[in-house]
Amino acid sequence: MSKYTPHTEQDVKTMLNTVGVSSLDGLYKDVPREIFQKELKLPKGKSQYAVEKQMRVLAGKNKTYGSVLRGGGIYDHIIPAAVNALTGRAEFVTAYTPYQAEISQGVLQGIFEYQSLMCALTQMDISNASMYDGAQAAAEAIVMCCERKNKALVLGQVNPQYMAVMRTYCNSHNISIDSISAKDGLVDINTLADSIDADTACVVAQCPNYFGLIEDMKAIADIAHVKNVKFIYIFNPVAAALLPTPGECGVDVAVGEGQPLGLPMAYGGATVGILTCNKALLRRMPGRVVGQTTDHNGRRVFVLTMQAREQHIRREKALSSICSNQALNALTTTVYLSLVGKVGFVEVARQCVDKAHYLANELVKAGAKLKYKTEFFHEFVVEGDGEKWNKILAEQDILGGMPAPDGTLWCVTEKADKETLDKVVIAYKEARSI
Amino acid sequence: MKLIFEISVKGRRAFDLEESKVPSYTLKQTRNDYAELPEVAEIDVVRHFTEMSRNSYGVDNGFYPLGSCTMKYNPKVNEVIAALDGFNNVHPTQCCKEVGGTTEVTETLIEKLCVLSGMDSMTLQPAAGAHGEFTGIALIKAYHQDHGDTIRTKIIIPDSAHGTNPASANMNGFEVVTCPSDSEGGVDIEELKKLVGKDTAGLMLTNPNTLGLYDKNILKITEIVHNAGGLCYYDGANFNAIMGICRPGDMGFDVVHLNLHKTMSTPHGGGGPGSGPVGCKAFLASYLPVPVYGPKPSDYDQNKSIGKVRANIGNFPVYLKAFAYIETLGGDGLREASQLAVLNANYMLAKLKKEFTVAYDKICMHEFVLSLSDIKEKTGASALDVAKALIDNGIHPPTMYFPLIVHEALMFEPTETESIETLDHACEVMFKIKKQAEQNGEALHNCPVTTIVGRADEVNAARNPILKYEH
Repeated sequence: MSKYTPHTEQDVKTMLNTVGVSSLDGLYKDVPREIFQKELKLPKGKSQYAVEKQMRVLAGKNKTYGSVLRGGGIYDHIIPAAVNALTGRAEFVTAYTPYQAEISQGVLQGIFEYQSLMCALTQMDISNASMYDGAQAAAEAIVMCCERKNKALVLGQVNPQYMAVMRTYCNSHNISIDSISAKDGLVDINTLADSIDADTACVVAQCPNYFGLIEDMKAIADIAHVKNVKFIYIFNPVAAALLPTPGECGVDVAVGEGQPLGLPMAYGGATVGILTCNKALLRRMPGRVVGQTTDHNGRRVFVLTMQAREQHIRREKALSSICSNQALNALTTTVYLSLVGKVGFVEVARQCVDKAHYLANELVKAGAKLKYKTEFFHEFVVEGDGEKWNKILAEQDILGGMPAPDGTLWCVTEKADKETLDKVVIAYKEARSI
Repeated sequence: MKLIFEISVKGRRAFDLEESKVPSYTLKQTRNDYAELPEVAEIDVVRHFTEMSRNSYGVDNGFYPLGSCTMKYNPKVNEVIAALDGFNNVHPTQCCKEVGGTTEVTETLIEKLCVLSGMDSMTLQPAAGAHGEFTGIALIKAYHQDHGDTIRTKIIIPDSAHGTNPASANMNGFEVVTCPSDSEGGVDIEELKKLVGKDTAGLMLTNPNTLGLYDKNILKITEIVHNAGGLCYYDGANFNAIMGICRPGDMGFDVVHLNLHKTMSTPHGGGGPGSGPVGCKAFLASYLPVPVYGPKPSDYDQNKSIGKVRANIGNFPVYLKAFAYIETLGGDGLREASQLAVLNANYMLAKLKKEFTVAYDKICMHEFVLSLSDIKEKTGASALDVAKALIDNGIHPPTMYFPLIVHEALMFEPTETESIETLDHACEVMFKIKKQAEQNGEALHNCPVTTIVGRADEVNAARNPILKYEH
């Protein structure tokens, strides 16, 4: 019903007349008659109001929780109100890729600030303008690193979804991919050097790893470089506020999921892949990048640059076909980090750590066993099945930990308050007594 | 304007947390310094990004006839729907009973997109058109491998194709063979016959093609490829021309990607997120990425899947907007949207061709390509100069220098949501610019002059890359 087209009947007549065709279907002379359709077999259109009502009903079929104590790749953090007020501005939302720099300085500056912020977080040399999500960024990072050698080695407990995406991309690119399982939850540093052979192009590790544990990324980087292979660090941007940075560890590529920086969980659908690397890899980096230059009057101008790497110039010689990325989500992380600021961002990360450790300690006091003994960031695995426990919590509007091998993976962010965490402990005791 | 880092003042902040009330815990390993994020007040952030938005140009600002990008109006109600808490405040690991709304949207959208495209199954995982191409070509690769047909190493792509096509084929380890266009801008059938063979894995094609022309030989083209044992991939970049008129599945295509951010009115966000669902015929369904949604998810043999192409479900908020769009327009509305997109393009073309040279002078589909070679030769003003002069007249330039087979190309795609008055005005502006070029072609080299910056020194940008703010 609502068609969003301004044409009156008279307009259509006038225009057909100018074109010299008698009917709208007459415009499709080149379509073979045997496949020409007179109608589209979908239900009739509806008013905007009817559709909005229908979608509200569908949204109501989802169950939302007041507190979410789950992570595993998608996290529930505070999103300041100003984030959506700014990123929802129509000039940002309805723009295309900023090919015309003179009328796109806002979008371009936003990407430049995003790149600068990602470099500040990771202390890496350069960042691209975004990838689809963290998993795909990790997959393309492997492709970047496989220049003369053709094998990737994935270490320890990497998010299984990332592993799946890395496998798909490696299969496509004819890169072989192996994984080495963890020892006591962590990358086995003692055997790492022996696992790297002459074909290995790169190693990949995640920190905090899938079960929240903090790896010794510096030690892995050192071994990788002694063995002359590249090292890809999968990081969590909130953890990056506190942990040794990829840059400090001396990694070659650092990738991560930007969703924790101001984007909703959205069933895992509102993502942005962060990809940063050191200077030496600039020409193998996929995706768009914005650079600073000047116009003829010496004014600062931001432009899409280094395009000779990309598909529209290199065509079949390009390493990646990425064109559209997750620009508006990248802008969201930029606004978020600007609002949270230098000190606020560290406070967010510290509260994640403090509250996660508080919950873990209280659970241990109540008799729970943590699966791993080493240091974690804001996620940890509690041994045993959490089904009854979660059921009790669900009645209190709390989404409890997610199933993990031999236990339940919990995540606590700055959003959780002490009272909620105490309820989790009480529910644990209750579940045990059933 | 300044960068956010340049307005930072130590001690300012725009964010507060409640006191944590739990003991603090000190990590053993920490970074040396705080990350160099800005320190600004909330009003600073708000004014900063508001000014940036004013230095940007979207469909809401004015006419945006960027060829191949389908910059149609992005309905506001869809933004409201995509922001609903029920959809946004759910974690991807919640059990299916708790996300009935999300599942229903996903499954129904797949069903409708299958009806539109003539496909049997579909994945919504790919985040963009090029991601869809990567996925779709991976399906073709998996199919041939599964049938032990490993000598099929080549993908045929017309010379008018988007750069993403050859790049996506290369990402899957295929060799790219370029097929020339014939004198009418379509695939050269005789050349195609010579190119196909036992080594043909498939063909990638967009129809209407990048010249905005519908290839009338389409059934013959897909038949030639099929007879050689190859599969046919449809790039849905130009699907806005043919909704409800004809379906890629009926044209003979086996795999299709659609661009929801073009055809289904979802906004492009200055570069993304988009969404590039991939549909396929039933015989390819078992290779689709997991998890599989749709009418009969249990039918799939998941062992054959190419795996995941991204984590979780895909760009879900984009599906919501596309879904709402399809519900609002309905079958009749979608068909009419395509018809009017084609009408608008032909109307503009009919007017412009009185003064400009058309690359291929015939009824076009949703877009058309002008060649400004003659104007450049006569006046010195190039396609780039004309594009920049359009900016001074409040119009976003068309796509420039594409497709590569047309010299001094300007590709216009007005879309169906523009009025006759807007199109008339744009044509008048084009005529005015041509006159200016004829009077003084050199003067156009300075355009645009009404913007906050002039043309950038792009050579310097690439030679001396400054890719971040240095503190």
